[in-house]
Amino acid sequence: MATINLSRDSRRWIVYSVIILVVGIMWIFVSRVPVGNSVEAVPPSAPREGFIAPDFTLDLAGGGEVTLSELRGKVVLVNFWASWCPPCREEMPAIEKIYNAFEPLGLVVLAVNVTNQDSEAAAIAFAKVFGLTFPIPLDRKGDVGARYQLRGLPSSYFIDRNGTIHSVVVGGPMAEALIQSKIENLLKESE
Amino acid sequence: MLPYLRLGPFLLPLASLSLLIGVWFGSWIAEKRALRIGIKSDLISNLIFIGLIAGLIGARAAYAARFINAYISNPLSLFALTPETLSIPEGLMIGLFAAFLYGQRKKLGVRLALDALAPALAVFLVFQGLAHLLSGDAFGIPSDTLWSIYLWNEYRHPTQIYETLLAIIILFIILKYPLKPGSGRSFWLVIALSSASRLFIEAFRGDSTIWSGFRVSQIIALMVLAASLWMLYTWIDSTDEEKKGVSL
Repeated sequence: MATINLSRDSRRWIVYSVIILVVGIMWIFVSRVPVGNSVEAVPPSAPREGFIAPDFTLDLAGGGEVTLSELRGKVVLVNFWASWCPPCREEMPAIEKIYNAFEPLGLVVLAVNVTNQDSEAAAIAFAKVFGLTFPIPLDRKGDVGARYQLRGLPSSYFIDRNGTIHSVVVGGPMAEALIQSKIENLLKESE
Repeated sequence: MLPYLRLGPFLLPLASLSLLIGVWFGSWIAEKRALRIGIKSDLISNLIFIGLIAGLIGARAAYAARFINAYISNPLSLFALTPETLSIPEGLMIGLFAAFLYGQRKKLGVRLALDALAPALAVFLVFQGLAHLLSGDAFGIPSDTLWSIYLWNEYRHPTQIYETLLAIIILFIILKYPLKPGSGRSFWLVIALSSASRLFIEAFRGDSTIWSGFRVSQIIALMVLAASLWMLYTWIDSTDEEKKGVSL
């Protein structure tokens, strides 16, 4: 096997190193972002951390409608679920408990039912069984799920007061401590 | 991007799987390298295993310590299989410290150990690039180049592919042209090459943290590059001592 024979000449080694570092510094300058700009000129909306959460307006189970962008100023947990999904059933009581504890501090939970893969009646019955008190938007056509590029159920998006997604949890059930820690963090950050 | 694979009722997180394969394949290659430079292979595999387990426990403990109220009311959540509740920087430090202690206890020479671990680190970097490609993390800035990829509602530089290709080149260099066995310099060569790679690729990343117009990761990568070049230089003549059995 070939072996690199690095020069033992200290001066030559130092010169090479300095050249490498100077090129590195020049590259940092060349690739810097003009002050006042972000890496993305306008942060686009996309269903991942660091992006603005894709907006939606949906009808609520029990009447009325909700628009995500109108909730700016609040910490929002958007949770996609279906009544037939076992981990969704398991994590719902924890979400309800956290909602009751943190709603007065500015938490909104939108438990979006993927109605195109479920049924409105099943969603309402599910909410009654678990005694859910937060709003349940109904994604009847599945276009909100598509905008959020859903990979599985449940999927949860923790959104800060500016509408930016801070973390995404795909799959479940989420541990109560996970939900609480994410919410506490968001509420604390935006105090 | 293919972050999850549905297997019946289960969602298989492919990015995490890629990282696991990276650790496994890295451990395997480190064992082979260890034998070649005169270390018992189980010493190296134990070192990696202990570092990983301690790192995972430390990462969870550190996260729980940050959100102590959440965990006091739900102590069983400490055992939840959720990577979202791991504090990576602390886990990394604790893992490295545990591996260090193990190496010291087993009187494993630090430079020999680093030499054995060098190709493992290079392998892991390849799988980390693949994990980023699968998850859509470490994404690029919007671009209209021919080779841009559509990700997160924009055509972007395929930074994950750049990252993977450069990691493959680093792996090739470290396997094909290892520095003097037992000198520990191969490890610093991997660190130098990977920090140079990060310094280059970061310019095309769309998720950089910016400070006064400069990308923070580039500045950190430059400092790591400088340190690793220094270590490559200062460890040139220190192999004889190591061969005599200088331990951690």
